[in-house]
Amino acid sequence: MKTPVIVGAAECDLGITNKSVLELQAQAVTRALEDAGLSIRDVDGIATNAISRFSATQLADYFGIVPTFTESTFAGGSSFQMYIARAYHAIATGQCNVVVISYASNQRSAKSRSLSGVIEHHTPEAAFESVYGPLFPLTYYAMAAQRYIHDVENARNALDEVAISAREWALLNPKAYRFGTQSLSSQEMQSSDLISSPLTAADCCLVTDGGGAIVITSYERARDLKKRPISILGFGEATTNSSMTTHRNLRVMGSKISGDAAFEMAGISRKDVDVVELYDSFTITTLLSLEGLGFTDIGGAADFVLDKKTRPGGPFPLNTNGGGLSYCHPGQFGVLLLVEAVRQLRGECGQRQVADAKTALAHGTGGIFSTHATVILGAS
Amino acid sequence: MTLQASQFPYLPHEDAVSQTFWQSTRERELRVQYCKNCRVFQWYPRLICILCASQSLIWKRASGVARIDSWSRVHRVAQEGFVPPYVIARVLLEEQVIFLTRLVGSAGLNPICDAEVRLTWQELSDGRALPVFE
Repeated sequence: MKTPVIVGAAECDLGITNKSVLELQAQAVTRALEDAGLSIRDVDGIATNAISRFSATQLADYFGIVPTFTESTFAGGSSFQMYIARAYHAIATGQCNVVVISYASNQRSAKSRSLSGVIEHHTPEAAFESVYGPLFPLTYYAMAAQRYIHDVENARNALDEVAISAREWALLNPKAYRFGTQSLSSQEMQSSDLISSPLTAADCCLVTDGGGAIVITSYERARDLKKRPISILGFGEATTNSSMTTHRNLRVMGSKISGDAAFEMAGISRKDVDVVELYDSFTITTLLSLEGLGFTDIGGAADFVLDKKTRPGGPFPLNTNGGGLSYCHPGQFGVLLLVEAVRQLRGECGQRQVADAKTALAHGTGGIFSTHATVILGAS
Repeated sequence: MTLQASQFPYLPHEDAVSQTFWQSTRERELRVQYCKNCRVFQWYPRLICILCASQSLIWKRASGVARIDSWSRVHRVAQEGFVPPYVIARVLLEEQVIFLTRLVGSAGLNPICDAEVRLTWQELSDGRALPVFE
């Protein structure tokens, strides 16, 4: 069996690009390959989604390659953490030699985002849930937040702190949508418009264009490439629900299952992680993921973040690119969590670099807390 | 607080499995699937029991008593025809299944997690009705 490693990582243009999805995909893929010191002719594995019905096929054809491995699991924001696991197996077994994981969206330029999501009338969710008019996915996250506020002291302040901390990191990242703006104040958080109570506009991730790509190959192949390879130490995933009614307990999500599996495979403890990148679709997502992944007890995330330990310079560097809340959120953010984790482990992050980062965790959440996938990476 | 039928702008799709549920709403009865093997209720309606995978499912009438698991007041237009603000909730039916609904009346004005609520109905334009809670 070969040892899979990450050798390339890049973003495409972010923000408001006025470019097509395939143009942004091509940017992401070619930049990540350039970062690795490889060319598109070396690629024989493609993992992507959200281009068209046959996304991986589409992208392979666009690049004029004939892959022996394709993957398009459609699980929302956690898909790209899942692709790491699939690519790992494909490289380890020799099914293919170089996999590119990529994603891009032009949702901001194309104004393609809808508050109700995509309603498919033949599904139980359409008949029994959409009929009442929830925002999708927002109202489900809002109900999780409402329950959290009901049960946990200082929860509203903690949700504010998640967004405030993300903004502080974004102010250090020239690529961030909110770079060059100002720190967020508690007052701004409190005066933001309610969208689906208790969540306000300031609790919600950005709606931007953007995307990125990750290149995976074997350690053997990586030896003569440009950059020091990044190890894939562990991964885990859990798929819990598509309905708003099937997951019983809004306080404990599937991140518990995916996190436990990833840490067991990596054989390390929570304290060994130097930098943490969590999917922050909404402020509540970050709190529940901190708890599910075992960085705090259940109910402990509020006090954990209110210590301000997740801000730049603090002992628990969290969402160091500024996150979906203040950096970029192109519909599915998962690939950009991986890009930032790789860059932190390589020491490429300039002002926002976490000193001596040796281990990083990237955790994706998709749908309505539906899919959860955790990846743990190492610098050597 | 009375809701206009027009506040529920679309008619839910009905199929062979969900037909009993929807037809019962014409009589203002909330029916939930019950597995005779497992002796538990399940929501939403399916061909099989999600515990034992058998098709030993029958329909039982729910008591209409529930507790608010959580809720959210929606302030934006989800899609054309919905008129915000209104309250979406997950309620735990006495039958121990979570049900997505709206809260109306005083429960909708001041919803509180864990508070008890009771079933009422909002008519749809084709004579079926949506279970809501007050």
